[in-house]
Amino acid sequence: MPFDTPRAKPELELRDVSKQFGDLQALRGVCLRVAPGDSILLYGPNGAGKTTLLRVLSTLARPSEGKVLLNGEDVHSNPAAAKSAIGFMTHTTFLYGELTVRENLEFAGKLFGLRAMAERLSNAMETFHLHERAETMVRELSRGYQQRVSLARAFLHDPQFLLLDEPFTGLDAGSTESLQTLLRGLGSQGKSLIFSTHDFEQGKAIARRLVALEGGRVLYDGPMEAAPLAALKAGERSHGAGARS
Amino acid sequence: MHTLRIIAAIFEKDLRVEWRHRETLASMCVFGLLVIFLFNFAFEPAGEESLRLLPGLLWIAFAFAGVLGFNRSFASERENAALEGMRLAPVDAGAIYIGKMLANLFFMAIAEAVMVFAASLWYNFSFIPALGWFTLSTFFCTLGYVAVGTIFAAIAANTRMREVMLPVLQFPVAIPIFIAGVEASTGALKGDPPGDYASWIKLAAGFSVIFVVLSYLLFEFVLEE
Repeated sequence: MPFDTPRAKPELELRDVSKQFGDLQALRGVCLRVAPGDSILLYGPNGAGKTTLLRVLSTLARPSEGKVLLNGEDVHSNPAAAKSAIGFMTHTTFLYGELTVRENLEFAGKLFGLRAMAERLSNAMETFHLHERAETMVRELSRGYQQRVSLARAFLHDPQFLLLDEPFTGLDAGSTESLQTLLRGLGSQGKSLIFSTHDFEQGKAIARRLVALEGGRVLYDGPMEAAPLAALKAGERSHGAGARS
Repeated sequence: MHTLRIIAAIFEKDLRVEWRHRETLASMCVFGLLVIFLFNFAFEPAGEESLRLLPGLLWIAFAFAGVLGFNRSFASERENAALEGMRLAPVDAGAIYIGKMLANLFFMAIAEAVMVFAASLWYNFSFIPALGWFTLSTFFCTLGYVAVGTIFAAIAANTRMREVMLPVLQFPVAIPIFIAGVEASTGALKGDPPGDYASWIKLAAGFSVIFVVLSYLLFEFVLEE
């Protein structure tokens, strides 16, 4: 059951989206509307379709059926506009190991055609506490630092929609806290956040809306406070037990 | 203008990455030199025989060194899914292709210069009298070969047996380029009038233009998941 936001004109929308990889049906008829200021937690067990959903939203993957719309227009008919509006971070960092942190961000900035590059880089590195490692090659960084650079890359072009797949993976306590603060503040800037995490409590502290997935289907889409949390968590536990047995 | 800046950024990035690890150029040059040295050792050609052997030999070395280079050019893009990172930006896929192709052309040109220099020493053969036409024919043939190699390397990068797949895919398509390269080089090195082998250079130039344009237009579909 898709959740209707109070806003009449959603910005980003998945309309009956299915995605198939060979025999595997990763998404099944997913409908989702993302309005300005939305903060959405994608929640579900492994293989629920969270990453695929984010990849479809990011334009990296084309849906097998259905459409992804930005302001009512198919994102694949005007991909440049959609890509400029979206910042995406996932398990793979999109970084070059042989380039330094600064060079990686500079390269991303050039791809997005950013102006005032020095200021943007400085802001991104300050936000994610990267200044002291700016001249370090990415392959020499720890997983946590690489995650921060990847996040900085996603935020660099100041996108309207932030799609973050497990953004807290590998981060230390301090970085996790500052990222939580940053993500909580996005709504007040009118930016939309869609993220996934396996730590439900962490996600709950940031998101105002929950989209629960299982087997590529949306089980619940609605306000966080109205979510049937006990049932969803029980579902995930039984899925995990099923996967282990 | 934005597209030109993107091409320049990708070209510069590839040069920087190569400068840091020097794997691509080193492997291309070592392999090419080995081929040239082994042929010299096996045939010990002298005088006229060198002239008969060199064009074919050089193009064998260029072809196999190229395969190594093209495979490497997408290795850094596969790591951390950096190529997907480029696809997330509002960038024309064709610009990514041109940037990668120009970087490959640059590496091929350096490797070829090293191989030609080594061949001139080991085979006691001077390229100087024919340098202009030899360079022109080699440029167009290399451009065609790199145009084919870059797009097929991108296709092979998404397959499991990519190192094997690349030569299997690209060599049949590049055969006209190899033939043109050998014929035009033979004519130039023998000192024939340019009119005798100009048709091979024109063939290579035409092939290059067609493949660069086609690849530019089709690269978007190559990058699709």
